[in-house]
Order: sequence, then C-alpha cells, then structure tokens
Amino acid sequence: MTDAAVELRRVSREFRRRRTSLLTPAPVVHAVRDVTATIARGERFGIVGESGSGKSTLLRLVCGLDRPTAGEVVVDGRPVHDQPPRRLGWLRERLQLVFQDPMSSLDPRMRVRDIVAEPLVAQGRHAGKRERVAELLERVGLSADAADRYPHQFSGGQRQRISVARALAPGPDILVADEPVSALDVSVRAQVLNLIDEVVDGFDLTLIFVSHDLSVVRHVCDRVAVMQRGEFVEVAPTEQLFSAPEHPYTRSLLAAVPDLQQALAGRSAQDLAAGVDTEG
Amino acid sequence: MVSAGERVVLGVEGLSVGTARTPLLHDVSFSIERGERVGLIGESGSGKSLTALAVMGLLPEGLSATGDVRLSGRSPARRNLLGVGEREMARLRGDSMSMVFQEPMTALNPTMRVGDQVAEVMLLHRTQPSRAAVRRRVVELLERVDLPDPANLARSYPHELSGGQRQRVVLAIALANDPALLICDEPTTALDVTVQATVLDLVVRGVQERDAAMLFITHDLGVVATVCERVLVMYGGRIVEAGPVREVFTDPRHRYTQGLVAASDLTGAEGRREHAALPTIPGSVPPAGAFPDGCVFRSRCTHATEVCATLPPWTPRGEHPAGAAAYGYSCFHPAGGRGEGDD
Ligand SMILES: Nc1ncnc2c1ncn2[C@@H]1O[C@H](COP(=O)(O)OP(=O)(O)OP(=O)(O)O)[C@@H](O)[C@H]1O
Ligand SMILES: Nc1ncnc2c1ncn2[C@@H]1O[C@H](COP(=O)(O)OP(=O)(O)OP(=O)(O)O)[C@@H](O)[C@H]1O
Ligand code: SF4
Ligand SMILES: [Mg+2]
Ligand SMILES: [Mg+2]
Repeated sequence: MTDAAVELRRVSREFRRRRTSLLTPAPVVHAVRDVTATIARGERFGIVGESGSGKSTLLRLVCGLDRPTAGEVVVDGRPVHDQPPRRLGWLRERLQLVFQDPMSSLDPRMRVRDIVAEPLVAQGRHAGKRERVAELLERVGLSADAADRYPHQFSGGQRQRISVARALAPGPDILVADEPVSALDVSVRAQVLNLIDEVVDGFDLTLIFVSHDLSVVRHVCDRVAVMQRGEFVEVAPTEQLFSAPEHPYTRSLLAAVPDLQQALAGRSAQDLAAGVDTEG
Repeated sequence: MVSAGERVVLGVEGLSVGTARTPLLHDVSFSIERGERVGLIGESGSGKSLTALAVMGLLPEGLSATGDVRLSGRSPARRNLLGVGEREMARLRGDSMSMVFQEPMTALNPTMRVGDQVAEVMLLHRTQPSRAAVRRRVVELLERVDLPDPANLARSYPHELSGGQRQRVVLAIALANDPALLICDEPTTALDVTVQATVLDLVVRGVQERDAAMLFITHDLGVVATVCERVLVMYGGRIVEAGPVREVFTDPRHRYTQGLVAASDLTGAEGRREHAALPTIPGSVPPAGAFPDGCVFRSRCTHATEVCATLPPWTPRGEHPAGAAAYGYSCFHPAGGRGEGDD
C-alpha cells in the first residue's frame, strides 16, 4: 500500500455539447482540465469553487462513476480511470459517497434499514446485516427504531445522518462528500459537520469534501484546492490559503465572502464587491 | 422637521397569517423608516417569505391575513393594505413598493426582451412623461446595475443572461419607479459568492440613492450584518428578537438567536476546527402547525422551564427611534446582559 489514498494525474474530462449548427463543430466543455493532486491517507482534502467549476465532475471520476477523457485516477494504488464499472467492486468497499440532497439520494420506497444495508447487499455481505445497521444508526445519532421508517419521515438533517450511516456500512477508508450540508439549516448544518468530524476521526477516514462555501471548507479541511473552470488554480494547507492566498481568483473568492465578524467591524457590501475581479 | 411617525414607510401591527386550519404567522409587528435597511432572518420554515408576501398582497390561495399593514409611499399611510383589495394592491406593486425574489426567472417573462420588461413597469404605472423617456430610462437603469453594453443587452431574452445578470435585471425593474419600500427575499442565495457580492452592493446602492426603506430576507447572518443596520429574528412564525445588528449578534438575548449565532459562526473562536465540536441547537425546525404553544422555541431550548409553556411577553431592550418592537426580545430566561440572564 502507498501513503496516497487518491492520486490524480493530469486528469481531464471533456463533454461534447449538442451541435447547434451544421457548419460549426459541436462545442466542447472542459469540465475538468489537467488536474494533478495527491491526497494522503487520513487527510481531509477540500475542493472549493463556484457553480460549474467542475467539482462534481471531478468527484465522479474519483468514484469511478465516470471516466476521464485523459489522465489517470488511482485509488489505494489501483487504477480507476480505465476500469469498467463491473471491475470496480473493490472501490465500493474502500470509498463511499455522501451527496448534497439527501431526499433525492435516498430511495423514498425503501425502509431506512434497507437503505443503510444497500452497500452491504451489493457486495453480497448478508451475514450480520441487522446488527450492523443498528450499530451504524446509533453511531450517527439515530434511534434504533429509525430502521423501520421511510426517508420522508425524517428531517433534512436526519436524512443526511442516514446517508452517512449508509456510506459507513461497508467500512470504507475514504469518504467523499459533495456539498453535504448545503441544503441544511444552519442549526442542523452544525450537527452534520460535527458528525462528519466524528466519523472521520473515529474511523480514521480520508475525507474528500466539496463545497462552494469557503467557511465550511475552512472549518472541515486540512488542505484545500480552489477550482476554477475545471482547473486547480491553487492548492494549499487551509490556514495558509485563507491567510495568504496566492492566486488572484482565490483572493477574489475570499474577498467576496460576507463574514459576520468582519461585517460587524464595518465591512460593507461595497467593500465585498470591490475585492471581486469583474469579468465573469 | 420630520417627526418619527412621518419617517415610517412600512408599519406592520399584529399581522397573523394562516390557512383555515393552521396558523402560520402570529402577531408580527415591526416598522421600517425611510432609508432604513432591516434584515429578517430565521431558518427554513420560520415564516420570512410569508411575512413579505402578506405585505405585498401576494399570499397564495388558501392563506388569509389579519392585522394592520400600512405603507407610506407617494401618499401617506391612511389605509390598512390588508383591506384595500387586489386592484389597489396591483397599483402599489412595482410602484410604491416592489420585491426581488430568490429565483430571478420567477419574476421575468421568458418570451419577452429584458429591456421591454423594464419598460413595461414604467408604462404600466405611467411614471415617465413619454415613450422616448421610458426608452432612455431603461438603458440608464440597466447601466446603474452594472450590466455591460446596456443598450444592446436590453434586446436579450432572459435565457441569454447568466443568473447574476438576470437578478440585476430584476433589480432594475424593482427600482424603476423609485419605490419607497424594497423587499428582497433571499435575492443572492442562488448566486455564486462573487456575484452575490456585486448584487448586494447594487441593492444597497439602489436603496441608498432613493432613501428607500428595505426589508431584506436571508438566512445568512454574514449577509444581514453586511447589508442591514437592524435585524428581526423569526422562528415558528413569530418575531422572537429584534434590534441593531451589532447588539443582536454579539449579545443576543433570545435563546434561539443565541443558538443560531453560535451554530453559524464557523470562523469565530468556537468554530475553529481545532476545537472539539461546533455549538448546535438540538433537534430541527418543526413543520408548520407542530410548534409548541407558549414559547415557540421551547421544544428545542435547553433553558426551558415550566413558565415557558406560557407566551413570553415582549421585553424592550432599549430606546429605539422605530419604537419598542424594534429593539427587544421575548424570552423568560434570556442570555447575556450581565446578571439578568442565567449564564
Ligand atoms: N454530462 C454532462 N454533459 C455535458 N456537460 C456537463 C455534464 N456534466 C457536467 N457538465 C458541465 O461541466 C461543467 C462542470 O459541472 P459540475 O457539475 O462538475 O460543476 P460543479 O462545480 O459541481 O457545480 P455546482 O457547484 O453547481 O454543483 C459545467 O459546465 C457543466 O455544465
Ligand atoms: N400556501 C401554504 N399553505 C400552507 N402552509 C404554507 C403555505 N405557504 C407556506 N406555508 C408554511 O408556512 C411556513 C412558513 O413558510 P415561509 O415560506 O414563510 O418560510 P421561510 O421562512 O420563508 O423559509 P425558507 O427559508 O425555506 O424560504 C412553512 O412551514 C411553510 O410550510
Ligand atoms: S422563553 Fe423559555 S423556552 Fe423560550 S427561549 Fe426563553 S428560555 Fe427558551
Ligand atoms: Mg456540483
Ligand atoms: Mg422563504
């Protein structure tokens, strides 16, 4: 085994849009461009960027849900980028995903027990399923009787706990989260961030955490990549990135965040806008 | 000299809204003076949008409002808007008061050029002397919201613009007739943070130039603190605390405000990631109709006692030009305030 949990080597993903005219070639969207990074075992790696910058596309490549048009994706020392889904069974055991919208990622017709057990069943691990589900629900702060209920009977925050329980079921060592708290109320967001913190610590997980919210990423991650138009324009340890951003785009992002403390100290909307590079 | 009463643009007294079965807003009272920017915050389902819609006369079918809502725009506030009927409300909307919503496409007509949509609101309310004047004003308004090449852009359709550009067009429409009151309901929640910064700047400039009153709805405390001077905190359809932004956010009294501020702050001392865990509020916001009686927050409050089963009275916290409802809270065991609270 290597020390790297995930290696991205010059990864690109292009999408071809539908042709709008017979005379011009179909436009190409460079969703991910030439991304290289090594995510160490046990690291909490954040990816921030604005809408459409390519965050979700990159995560799909890491999870083997999509294939890059160029470059290599290596997880736990094994290639993911050139494998068909049926050869990626091992990846489902090592790496699990939590999505933004717990309502659309949880099947409304399934009971919570079956949702949480789903990754186990997919791997043919039926023995001790019931006990495992009970243990996981407890771990994420849900009562055991939650197992018999359906997703719509839970609040947004509780549904996100169910997603986390499901992700933990196969005992992965990498947790990938795509905007896991963006749809939640602030009071519940704090609960879910604490839960993620607990399980990442408790199970020694490597975390890849995507968000458009810089303060959330700052709170959660050790190291952060800033993504713009498909590229990693800056990658740095969290505190360094926030205290001494190097790339102009990072600076412009940081300058635009309305922060409570700074606002109370007199930072106005005009000040926020002044720090933004206006071209987009 | 202008007396305090004359400066009030929007006065809301005892506003309650509900369906035939479920009360949704209870006894909401506040007022906003000319040039004042007031934030309305609270988590999802607390009643922020309903408050705005009730003021605008835009409540959906099946909901009804009681209470008193007065607007002093081009003419002084003589009538309760809740009783004037749709024709009169339509005359006020887009003229004396206007509103910007979260999703700009809900306010724009997809089949009409954006310039024509800005023109329409002026033609409808006959606020310009001639069609030529309207055309000039359209370009000027689009320019004021920092849209590039406004004369050209006026000919685009909404789908040809980015989300941020659409929201600027909506803002141009909302400001076209120099309203006395602008209501913004999460106008930047769907936008990227850099675009949000420029739109917030434009909103503030737009209301400042007109000395308009503004009600700004958001659940982002950083945004309210940036944009507003005063804030109303809503939970379970009630205003539970109100006051100047600084006082409410640095020294909250209501236990809900206290919890909300603590849970929001990811960069302050307790939010630093080396720290054990973020402060949280137990449980989650109940659905409409499932809030407890007495103090609405009592089912999640760690300070609740028996007395909280009765409705906590409004406790004024200090003098405020906009009246007692502008600065105070309703909690039996308030936080802060050295000595009065229990921690
Ligand atoms: N299947 C697809 N076909 C065509 N284009 C796509 C496809 N998936 C993504 N894209 C494009 O790739 C770019 C990156 O999209 P992606 O969803 O990765 O962004 P994101 O950073 O996750 O944005 P958000 O913050 O809005 O979730 C966008 O321009 C998007 O339109
Ligand atoms: N037409 C309606 N019929 C019944 N209940 C409604 C109706 N409209 C809103 N409600 C309920 O009233 C409560 C307050 O809704 P409102 O939209 O004002 O919340 P909000 O504070 O704006 O929340 P958000 O931050 O999610 O926009 C919610 O519980 C909502 O479900
Ligand atoms: S009145 Fe009671 S229940 Fe309500 S916030 Fe205050 S202490 Fe908590
Ligand atoms: Mg995404
Ligand atoms: Mg709302």
